[in-house]
Amino acid sequence: MENILAFLNEPAVTMVLLALIPLVFILVYALVTIYFEMKVAAHIQNRLAYMETGWHGVIQPIADMLKLLQKEDIIPTSADKFLFILAPYLVFIGTYASFAVMPFSSGFIGSNIDLGIFYLVAASSLVVVGLLMAGWASNNKWSLFGALRSAAQIVSYEIPGVLAILGVVMVFGTMNMQTMTQMQDGGIQNWLIIGGNFPLGQKLALFPFMFILFIIYLLSSMAEVNRTPFDLPEAESELVQGYNTEYSGMKFAIFYLAEYANLFLVSAIVVVMFFGGWTSPFGSFMSGTVWSAFWFVLKGMSFVFLNIWLRWTLPRLRVDQLMYVSWKVLTPFALFCVIAIGFIMVI
Amino acid sequence: MTALTIYFNDIYRAISSALIGMRITIRQMVSPTVTLQYPHEKKQMPDRVRNRLYMNYDDCIGCELCAKACPVDCIEIEVMKAPPTETLGETSTGQKKRIYVTKFDIDIAKCCYCGLCVFPCPTECLKMTDVYEFSEYDRNNLIYNFGTMSPVDVETAKLKVKQYDEEQAAKKAAAAAQAAAAKAAAAAQPAPAPAVPDAQVTPAQSEQPKGPETPPTQQ
Repeated sequence: MENILAFLNEPAVTMVLLALIPLVFILVYALVTIYFEMKVAAHIQNRLAYMETGWHGVIQPIADMLKLLQKEDIIPTSADKFLFILAPYLVFIGTYASFAVMPFSSGFIGSNIDLGIFYLVAASSLVVVGLLMAGWASNNKWSLFGALRSAAQIVSYEIPGVLAILGVVMVFGTMNMQTMTQMQDGGIQNWLIIGGNFPLGQKLALFPFMFILFIIYLLSSMAEVNRTPFDLPEAESELVQGYNTEYSGMKFAIFYLAEYANLFLVSAIVVVMFFGGWTSPFGSFMSGTVWSAFWFVLKGMSFVFLNIWLRWTLPRLRVDQLMYVSWKVLTPFALFCVIAIGFIMVI
Repeated sequence: MTALTIYFNDIYRAISSALIGMRITIRQMVSPTVTLQYPHEKKQMPDRVRNRLYMNYDDCIGCELCAKACPVDCIEIEVMKAPPTETLGETSTGQKKRIYVTKFDIDIAKCCYCGLCVFPCPTECLKMTDVYEFSEYDRNNLIYNFGTMSPVDVETAKLKVKQYDEEQAAKKAAAAAQAAAAKAAAAAQPAPAPAVPDAQVTPAQSEQPKGPETPPTQQ
């Protein structure tokens, strides 16, 4: 027993164990969300979705996973083998690395660094490299087009997204995500979407800009995770499946996993920035290490639901419309908000 | 409108129409589903639905009207006239059966479910049921043999018919011979005449049971 404890206290082992927590979370979350998305999609269309495997098809995601594990791993002969194999892992690593600074609960954060959200933006940008790599290495026109669109889209939408983050960072005066969350502690009235934990005048002044920034970040995050209405990289009616057309089996599953992990990641950023992260909406009631994890996941999942809901509501944008939204609408608004927030915070 | 008002108007319309769409989808999400869990629950078919053909062999009088009515020739019937001495029973409508139906096959794979065979049937033994699940792994299983006569039964029936025909032929020959004899006696003519009607009658009678085997004529 003591040996085991000593082993667990070894710094390297502790690190690995801590790193495993987000991974396990991602895997479980992905299974739940795949099921959840299918059910939401089906019910929006008055269907039932999975009903055969288990009660209301609850074990269908597991069956799907097992199927994907058994599938033949096909690598096209004319593909660039090295990049082709590397790409899905790079995409997943980019997403997974971003989870390091995510404050899951008051008691757990992978790495409580002061660069927090800056690191997160940087690490999640790695995804676009992976997608481009996948599209290029597939040696397939559809894949390449998907990857190009994906790169154009993510790079464009990163600007309003990062400007929105900048506005929030200006309000908090920190990039540490745990500190950000703690500054919104104390109930729903302290969340940044309502204006944050500030004197009333400042709060009222901040509120409209926070709301606009929230909308801007929500839209650009949806574009960054390549989901409808911004799913041009995977536009199945135009590009087969986009950058992952040539992928099969486990590599495809990893793309899928990364997409869903990314979905939670951006939802979690929204939650940390505007909706008080892991803080309880009732002040000190139902707060604590475990409760805070519960609140964090609940809030994150509700934004995942919002994403799914929007996905099954809106049609896909055209490429020029996509760029219009990013450059002509979101970016000027974000810049305006950043300037206005600067004035408010100085005064 | 100036460019600026168009710009803001577009933004307003984008957001408001997205919200309208979201309201519609969330309403659809909570409204009841329309899916029918097919193998587990089945839809009630309409009363006069036309699906798998059913034929009540006991009521068949072998008139072949259904086979003639069928536009795709999916009903194959072989009949044989029974000797009047045989009693084949009655149909449920009280009609006396006079014909052996040695074969009654329906190739349901050919059937076009028009229902035209149902109406001409004088004894209402053909009907279209509401059964629609009858797929098979082997195509030959889709040929339904409604006839219940075994090969042995058919052979016996054939024998009986032949016997009767022979009897009849013999009787006729005798009668003809008698008539000829009477005629001959009356007119005092040489008598090659009786041989001719005799030769004509016999083949005609023995061929009669085979009649239905001729290809179905155009109606």
